Amino acid sequence: MDFAFTDEQKMIADTAREFFRKHATSASTRKAMVDDGVDRPLWTSFCTELGLAGAVIPEEFGGAGLGMVELAIIAETAGSRVSAIPLLGQAMATGALMGGANDDQKQKWLGGIASGDTICAVASSEDASETDGKLTGTVTHVPHGAVADLLVVLGESRCWLVPLDGSGVTIERPVTMDQTRPLSTIVLDRAHCKPLGETHSAKDAAMRAGLIVLSAEALGGAQETLDRTVAYSQERVQFGRPIGSFQAYKHRLADMLVEIEQARSAVYWAACALDESDPTADFALYAAKSLCADTYFRCAGDMIQLHGGIGFTWEHDAHLFFKRARAVQSLLGTGEEYRERIAQIVLGDAA
Amino acid sequence: MKLGFSPEEEAFRDECASWLNDQMYGEFADIRGIYELTSKPGRRKEWEQQLAAHRWSCIGWPEQWGGRDATLAQQVIFAEEYARSGAPGRINHIGIELAGPTILAFGTEEQKARFLPDIAAGKTIWCQGYSEPGAGSDLANVRTKARQKDGAWVVEGQKIWTSLAHISDWIFVLARTEEGTKGPRGLTFLMMPMDQEGIEIRPIVQMNGDAEFNETFFTDATCPSDSIIGAPGEGWKIAMGLLAFERGVSTLGQQMGFRNELDCVIEAAKATGRAADPLIRQRIAKAEIGLRLMRYSALRMLSNTDHSAIEGAALTYKIQWATWRRDLGELAMDVQGLDGQVTEGEEYNWDVLTNLFLFSRADTIYGGTNQIQRNIIAERGLGLPREPRGDK
Repeated sequence: MDFAFTDEQKMIADTAREFFRKHATSASTRKAMVDDGVDRPLWTSFCTELGLAGAVIPEEFGGAGLGMVELAIIAETAGSRVSAIPLLGQAMATGALMGGANDDQKQKWLGGIASGDTICAVASSEDASETDGKLTGTVTHVPHGAVADLLVVLGESRCWLVPLDGSGVTIERPVTMDQTRPLSTIVLDRAHCKPLGETHSAKDAAMRAGLIVLSAEALGGAQETLDRTVAYSQERVQFGRPIGSFQAYKHRLADMLVEIEQARSAVYWAACALDESDPTADFALYAAKSLCADTYFRCAGDMIQLHGGIGFTWEHDAHLFFKRARAVQSLLGTGEEYRERIAQIVLGDAA
Repeated sequence: MKLGFSPEEEAFRDECASWLNDQMYGEFADIRGIYELTSKPGRRKEWEQQLAAHRWSCIGWPEQWGGRDATLAQQVIFAEEYARSGAPGRINHIGIELAGPTILAFGTEEQKARFLPDIAAGKTIWCQGYSEPGAGSDLANVRTKARQKDGAWVVEGQKIWTSLAHISDWIFVLARTEEGTKGPRGLTFLMMPMDQEGIEIRPIVQMNGDAEFNETFFTDATCPSDSIIGAPGEGWKIAMGLLAFERGVSTLGQQMGFRNELDCVIEAAKATGRAADPLIRQRIAKAEIGLRLMRYSALRMLSNTDHSAIEGAALTYKIQWATWRRDLGELAMDVQGLDGQVTEGEEYNWDVLTNLFLFSRADTIYGGTNQIQRNIIAERGLGLPREPRGDK
């Protein structure tokens, strides 16, 4: 038992922090927001310079062979800069492939995912149906779906790999509130597809990776909103004092830290529990997703409030965090849904 | 980063669990499940001595002084198994967790030899004399005075909220020893025997009807000259060091008590049918999440061996658990309905759930109020400007 980063994990955290601070700037994120939602220079150097697009892909398939704790470290750091990169789809697709694909499929796809050449999007669909190796159905709210090369569809009783460069694929790009991770609608009409052999383990592994990424990016984002607000509160002077010296202001910042510390415990408990196949892993994931998303949203909302008027402007970055936080709350299931799952574990079904 | 325990540590867990269960279902079954600190003091003291006889009373201490030099993981395991077995609240927790570690860290070799074996053995029970009527949140404002006379310290003044004073053998006191000083300067850390004419204790009846706390009056009370820790005037430094010990392994044992309370709330919710209400289910889920996160926050705090860094997990821990328990108290009332507001029997005496609701209003006050905690978090954790004093 040692619930602290190892030296290697500390090194990854330090390297990642330095990398994102340098490459993921407000300007580069804003450029991505008006383009297709991907900060291309950042994504390229993330994949080549840092080499972490395939963090959790085993080394035999060209990845770094790291665990969920390391994935959480990376996602936390990326989240702290509201980075516009397709980390979520990459991690979920890796989970789906490792959990449910055969060796040929792994050989075919994992190398490109690890190098970042293949961008992945993953989404659930209730109505997708397969006939003669062709998939028909509509997949909505697909994160980074418009830039993806490979779509992984998590269906009710089947999961499929759908290359998006083939025929029968129509992609709609609605304007999305969080422009750092645009949501697409993908209409499949007899699109070429390959089913994954193990549906349940593919879905479970995809969801687990996705929940880790979202929880950790929420943690990183929440911490960043606090850090930036603390910095602002020491510069901004009103009534002849830095506003951070007023107790009403300080206490609100303190409350942010209280929540963030719990979120931090949740993320690394969940990541560690997954790496060790601990029986509490699912409980931890539900706790992490529901708590971290809510924490991020409250902190981002507080960031706007505590910045005053400037925090409401387009020019200031506060809205990037606020919109990302609101998206994280709804992606992959709401806080209420995950808390109800915990209630079922604790109480059984409602009478 | 690792959550699991090694095979050796799991073997240690079995050893702890087996011994504790033997006790709790054998000789000490009559005090199993008693978590408050006021009832059956005689039996509780025998239990402290039984723990000591088998070297379980203070396993984190050095072997030389009755401990086991236990590793952090072993201390975590013992705290968890202790609570799981239903073993009672430790009436000497102040001696074991506060006085002992303070003497170990700051005392002379002679003082260690004089005090530690009796604390470890459960022979001397300790209480803490910090707060005063005029020194609550502003602890450094203590007015209790001590002056040297005929080779001893003579103490005058009043302490308040002294829990367990009525069964304690020793008290440690923060007193002003330099005339005319203010705030943290001029204070001294004294250790005084309770059994003397100059000390009088009056119980304080709390809003739940219980009396765990006392007022303690000092009138020409005596402290032997060799019973101060550190030099005269260094009391504040010692006292602050001691507060750091409050965030130790014991928090994990405390959480097991919370576990029992949450289980009672869940049982009540099932019994009354409120467990089917979606809003109650959300609140129970939040309580479960909060409790489990307390464990991982505590493990993060304890695993952080770089004590120079003021860790966020350590700074926020008090407000986290206190607020959690206050919320649980409110949930306890909601799941019970009006049944929670009446009790059988003649006394103003409450079962676990209603008592939790009433007592938890103290949690967000003692040991630093939520307001003071927020000041500390903002000033020490976030580096924001200190609150201005009105008396400078």
